[in-house]
Amino acid sequence: MNDKVYRSLLLVAACVVPIVCGGVIYALVTDASAAFAHFGFFQFMASEAWDYTQGHEQYGALPFITGTLMTTFLALLFCIPFSLPVALFVGEYFKGTAVATVLSTVIDLLAGIPSIIYGLWGFYTLRPLIMSLNISPQGSGILTASLVLAIMIVPYASSLSAEFIKMVPSDLKEGAYSLGATRFEMIRAVVFPVAGSGIFSSYVLAIGRALGETMTVTMLIGNTNQIPDSITATGNSMASIIANQFGEADGLRLSSLVAIGLILFLLTALINLVGKMMIKRARIV
Amino acid sequence: MNSSKISRRLLVNRLFRTTVCVMAMLMVVPLMAILGEVLFRGYGYLSWEFFTEPTPTAYNAMTAIAAGEAIPGGIANGIIGTMLMLGMATLVAVPVGILCGVYLAEHREKKLAMTVSYLTDLLQGTPSVIIGIITYIWVVVPMRGYSAIAGSVALCVMMLPLIIRATEETMKILPASLKEAGLALGGNNARVMLKVQLPAAFGGIFTGILLAISRVIGETAPLMFTALGCSLIRWDVDKPISAVPLLIWEFFNDPNLQDLVWGASLFLLLFVLFLNLTAKYLAKKWNS
Repeated sequence: MNDKVYRSLLLVAACVVPIVCGGVIYALVTDASAAFAHFGFFQFMASEAWDYTQGHEQYGALPFITGTLMTTFLALLFCIPFSLPVALFVGEYFKGTAVATVLSTVIDLLAGIPSIIYGLWGFYTLRPLIMSLNISPQGSGILTASLVLAIMIVPYASSLSAEFIKMVPSDLKEGAYSLGATRFEMIRAVVFPVAGSGIFSSYVLAIGRALGETMTVTMLIGNTNQIPDSITATGNSMASIIANQFGEADGLRLSSLVAIGLILFLLTALINLVGKMMIKRARIV
Repeated sequence: MNSSKISRRLLVNRLFRTTVCVMAMLMVVPLMAILGEVLFRGYGYLSWEFFTEPTPTAYNAMTAIAAGEAIPGGIANGIIGTMLMLGMATLVAVPVGILCGVYLAEHREKKLAMTVSYLTDLLQGTPSVIIGIITYIWVVVPMRGYSAIAGSVALCVMMLPLIIRATEETMKILPASLKEAGLALGGNNARVMLKVQLPAAFGGIFTGILLAISRVIGETAPLMFTALGCSLIRWDVDKPISAVPLLIWEFFNDPNLQDLVWGASLFLLLFVLFLNLTAKYLAKKWNS
């Protein structure tokens, strides 16, 4: 193969990604435009109607945006008390030991479990537990979905955080020890400030994961099209309304679902962009 | 006075360490709970028929339950659908992904490479349900129907960024002297890539491919709007087809078939974990 052919082959392959991304945005925007044109962009975002009776069609994204934000935020809240210790365990306390390898394998396996199986487990194990604790009568809802979502994002948050914690220079740590700091004081005064922005960025990326998680949320959130009034209430997220209704939708309803998809796409793209930029910055420091 | 302050600091230190260890070790619980539940409830269904028979109709399942027998049939249609779609997706995603990854590693400072690199991240972060919508618009609408092709397009789009990244990362850590030695021996760029760099990077790329497969094999949402599902065993690429995760979703929603959900989940879970552990083992072996 001569160099010219080789080079153009690489170039063509490299152009596949921009073409696919362009196609994604083009398809989403064209198919969503009917809904935005009919309802108006801001009205669509702010409306909580979801009525598909013929003749009275009214669609709005607000309940689903709220549902997504609530599940994501709660999942993040529940995930931190576990992912931060995992990161410290693997990256600091037991750095490079066999125990750390075992734990990070466990975490990797957790990341590998398909989301539909998380959903099943949540439905058949966690939901009865929540019902028997009298937290909510139907068992499914924002809280149940967030709890399982939290377990699902721990691997994403902790493995990246651990990388940043591992990179903290040992002379800084030794400096703290030589001044008489205990290990906890050293972590608080050296590890967290130095690795902080990296740790933060790993949580931003974990949020990006949680926003778009579909099957688990669909199976556990309860699937009601209203703004959830408490964390134990049922609701729907942007991903779950699409999963529930896309197959049977057409016309304006299909377009509204694509519009919700577009909003979700833009939201995750933004979060991921912020996360990646922060990681790049954290690496330089 | 002073010593009590020191002992308090030491106590805090010990408390923190214990908390970290306990909370970290608690993450073993969900893995064990999920594995345990699926294993415990699913192993009874694993039989020869489960892998060779297609899904029963709801009526057949109902009569079997009413007669107190085990539900007949299995998940062969799903296994074949998964293999077919995954095969087609891999066939396209692997060569394109490797070529693109090589481009990114070879032309790091070029503007196009930086754009492609950013867009790869964008694609990788895109929720799978959106890939499903897109494939529906791209493939299902023009073809006027759900098909195995549409399903494999969705899986392919999801695999692509993973393979690109794996290739790029592996190529980047190869020593530059490797390429220089090849060029010094008189090979052109293409020949050095094919005979020297790619073989040297094979381990990392292969691990990346395994991980990409294990990542998409359990994807349900993108297949719901593309492959749809089908209770027959079929090999046609232009007709609706089933997949193992789709069957799990179907069983979950159909009260008559609910018992089958655990067998199908066990199969999927074991397959995914096996791929994961193999990839991890190979990565370790080839790195040392």
